[in-house]
Amino acid sequence: MDVIQWQRQHRDHQASMFREGFLDDQFIQLQKLQDETSPDFVIEVITMFFADSENLINNMKQALEQTPVDFRQVDAHVHQYKGSSASVGAARVKNVCVTFRNFCDAQNLEGCARCLQQLQHEYSLLKSNLQHLFGLQQQIQAAGGSIPTIE
Amino acid sequence: MDTDHVVSFDPSPMEGSEDVHVLAVDDSLIDRKFIQRLLKISACKVTAVDSGTRALQFLGLDKNRRTLDSDDGFVGLKVDLIITDYCMPGMTGYELLKKIKESSTLREIPVVIMSSENILPRIDSVMKMFLKTCRCLEEGAEDFIVKPVKLSDVKRLKGYMTRDVKVGSHGHGGGDDDRGGAGINHRKVSDTPNVASSPPSILSPTLSSSLSLSPSLSPSSSPTIIDSPIRVLKITSIE
Repeated sequence: MDVIQWQRQHRDHQASMFREGFLDDQFIQLQKLQDETSPDFVIEVITMFFADSENLINNMKQALEQTPVDFRQVDAHVHQYKGSSASVGAARVKNVCVTFRNFCDAQNLEGCARCLQQLQHEYSLLKSNLQHLFGLQQQIQAAGGSIPTIE
Repeated sequence: MDTDHVVSFDPSPMEGSEDVHVLAVDDSLIDRKFIQRLLKISACKVTAVDSGTRALQFLGLDKNRRTLDSDDGFVGLKVDLIITDYCMPGMTGYELLKKIKESSTLREIPVVIMSSENILPRIDSVMKMFLKTCRCLEEGAEDFIVKPVKLSDVKRLKGYMTRDVKVGSHGHGGGDDDRGGAGINHRKVSDTPNVASSPPSILSPTLSSSLSLSPSLSPSSSPTIIDSPIRVLKITSIE
């Protein structure tokens, strides 16, 4: 049936996101918090995360364009982004943030600029992957099925 | 859901005074939403605020009023646990902890600190974490949880609540224990502390011999066998 196919695709896509390091265990924690009383919890949190990401990345970009660059300010944004990405299980984004913070500590502008680019790249990959996942999720829910989760 | 507001209040009457009431303090909107859900799903009433200042306002510390002006529909606003982020702009979690413990009306409330400090295999961040932890312990924090918080952490949190609320039980247990320094007597040990096993791979030999940290502080931590780092630190550092 359709639902089974969607569920299989959902499971496979999610598994590959884990395999490729886009997501980590914290994403499972998010899913555990979703139930009938809060059926869109994951999407709600991730939507918040997308908005947060775009805002913070923009802040970092602006901070890096200042002369002179206030590295503490850049670091503050990266620290925040590291926190929120960790909270939703966005592992690759979080890892770039960790490296980014090191460059901020070292006041290495080039390194920071590279990290910013990487962040934008990782974020955009994550976003399209998650949107695909949620699309499948919505198909499943519309067909009355339940979302398979990885344990 | 009121997640856009800086104070998110759960006014559902439900079981009334049986449910524990947690005050969560975090400047991150995402983390507030997350912790709120985490606690609600574990049968807690949650009030989430975005700063230490607001937390103190809510607790009535600045105005000597513990209840909101408008509604008398609320069955008191007793707080059974405060969980706060450490790193916040303005008042840090540590400063909030101190203020709470300095207050005669509030110091009985158990406080748990959350930290987003990433444990890299670097001595300085381990030391930073260790020092943060010690400071908070000294000030009377019950526990120190590394973010992101997990469902399994909540089970431990419930053990710190002032009210002895378990499923199906009644009774008001709080207020008897004098919460002096570390509040060890209040801990419910549901898991046996993992003191002897798994030496931390990231610490230098001198550090690891003077204290053994739980597996949850190592980079490759297994999320399932979470033991409180605080519990282990306290036990090993007492002598």
